Amino acid sequence: MQNRFWTFLLIALVLAGLVSIGLFSGRFVVYLSMRVMILAIFAMGYNILLGRTGLLSFGHAAFYAGGAYGLGLFSIHVSTDPLLGILMGVLLACALALIVGFFCVRHTEIYFAMLTLAFGMMVFSLIWNMRELTGGDDGLVGIMREPISLGFISISLLKTSHYYFFVLFWFVVSVWIIHLIRSSPFGLVLSGLRENDRRVEFSGLSVKNYRLASFVISGTFAGLAGALGALLENNTDPFSAHWSHSAEPILVSLIGGIQTFTGPIVGSVIFIVLREIIERFTQNWMLWFGIILLVIIMGLRGGVVGGITQLFKGGRHTSPSGGKP
Amino acid sequence: MLESIVHVCLAGLSAGMFIWLVASGLTLIFGVLGVLNFAHGSFYMLGAYFCYTLLRFTGENFWLGLLLGPLCVCVVGFIVERFFLRYVYHLALPYQLLLTFAFVLLFDDLVKVVWGAGSIGSPMVPGLSGSVSIMGRNFPTYNLFIIAVGPLVALGMWALLEKTWWGRIIRAASSDREMASAIGVRVPALFTAVFIFGTWLGAMGGGLAVPYVGLLTPGMGETVIINAFVVAVIGGLGSLKGAFLGALIIGLLSSFGTRYIPAFDMFLTFILMAAVLLWRPQGFFGEAT
Repeated sequence: MQNRFWTFLLIALVLAGLVSIGLFSGRFVVYLSMRVMILAIFAMGYNILLGRTGLLSFGHAAFYAGGAYGLGLFSIHVSTDPLLGILMGVLLACALALIVGFFCVRHTEIYFAMLTLAFGMMVFSLIWNMRELTGGDDGLVGIMREPISLGFISISLLKTSHYYFFVLFWFVVSVWIIHLIRSSPFGLVLSGLRENDRRVEFSGLSVKNYRLASFVISGTFAGLAGALGALLENNTDPFSAHWSHSAEPILVSLIGGIQTFTGPIVGSVIFIVLREIIERFTQNWMLWFGIILLVIIMGLRGGVVGGITQLFKGGRHTSPSGGKP
Repeated sequence: MLESIVHVCLAGLSAGMFIWLVASGLTLIFGVLGVLNFAHGSFYMLGAYFCYTLLRFTGENFWLGLLLGPLCVCVVGFIVERFFLRYVYHLALPYQLLLTFAFVLLFDDLVKVVWGAGSIGSPMVPGLSGSVSIMGRNFPTYNLFIIAVGPLVALGMWALLEKTWWGRIIRAASSDREMASAIGVRVPALFTAVFIFGTWLGAMGGGLAVPYVGLLTPGMGETVIINAFVVAVIGGLGSLKGAFLGALIIGLLSSFGTRYIPAFDMFLTFILMAAVLLWRPQGFFGEAT
């Protein structure tokens, strides 16, 4: 009971903090917070696949781009309604993930990583080459944030602080859904796949279908992040489908801790804030991230959240940090 | 028509041999150490940059640069394996891949710091800078030279692995690590040696690429590593035979693609990879799991 109380208090504090950022902070902080939340949606969805199911994908940027381009194309050619646009983006990402996942989940480990990489780059090269449709290397520009109309009221999203609450809404919804997934029987089966897929198979469950479901769910959240990102920046970028962008959710999850629920969120905050700080002083933020990544892999494999949890539990408890059994 | 096909074939062969030079080291390292090395593209890039710099220092002597440049990169490879990679062999796959990925980030930016973020034009090789006439059209001599080097490297590696004592030890350690160490092979040292040799192959590829690509850019390793991955995967991970065949196919495919359907040349490679993996998940010569 005690524990539950603290958890609720923490959630309430974080929510209050997020709302007050939207109400009282300057444009820059609001903008950064939106980027953190969008990255967190991307990374949390991704971590269903990596942390839960134990599959390493190097192609999720393709679904992010799927969301971004789905929304962008829909808003340019059909309708500028942001809710419909997001729906389209998410559906496109979901469909892409279903197709790619169908081919990829037959494999695990290294073949899975390479296959997702190849399919991701396939999407990238399609976006790059289909100039008439996707704008090639220019991307889609001029995606407008039109007001949302809910029957009789309409909410403007044009101002950054207004759009902030829109992103916050999706962030809270995503966290909630992902929490539900994690604590459901379905989520337990995914953990089972990570620990021992043979046993899952012997208990009569289809390993392939569960992997595919996990893949599609994570791809869908990537699409949501992509659609929100496209609305935030008012454009899309073909490099959002590039494999180096796929590394971002992996990095973020790893920094925060892949075996923890809040890891990807904490990781996103650290990633965006650190990057902002490093870029103040030097052009070479990748160099510093390389070093941070090395430190985490060599010494802090539970991530920041995992490390802190361990500290509180008295240190003796061995962390389930992905060592081979 | 015919001469154009011949020329597209030749261009494809030379492109394929370049991919092979990079994929050979990647495949060897995977086959023995079981680690897929993202940083291999960085070794290629470093090889190119080191060769370029040494070429400037040694008074435009390409061959001396090609001899010394990759050796410098070998030192980098030694540091990566001995002080970092060695400690993650027992960990799950994501950690191994991400460790090598961390080095990609690191080296990409280091190159920017040392050599500048812009691209550098590279000089031609004396003696090989001209072109020869094949069926009435000019073809660069240097590319013919590369078409010859590729099979020589393949032959050399085959001889090393199949015909020498060292090759037997390497094969033993790759098929059963524990057994090899039980009969007295110093497996960790052997792994370091193999990693350095693989690094050297990648850096050689980079050094040889200096006159071929003409431009040195800080991100040049990334495109190459993706192609090398594709080749290694369709050939069967860890199979040198497969990597050679895969490199030939990808080289020819991309060359024909660029010539006849330029809008989708990148796309073709990945379509082929997906098709091969559907038909034979373990690649041409990979062992079924």
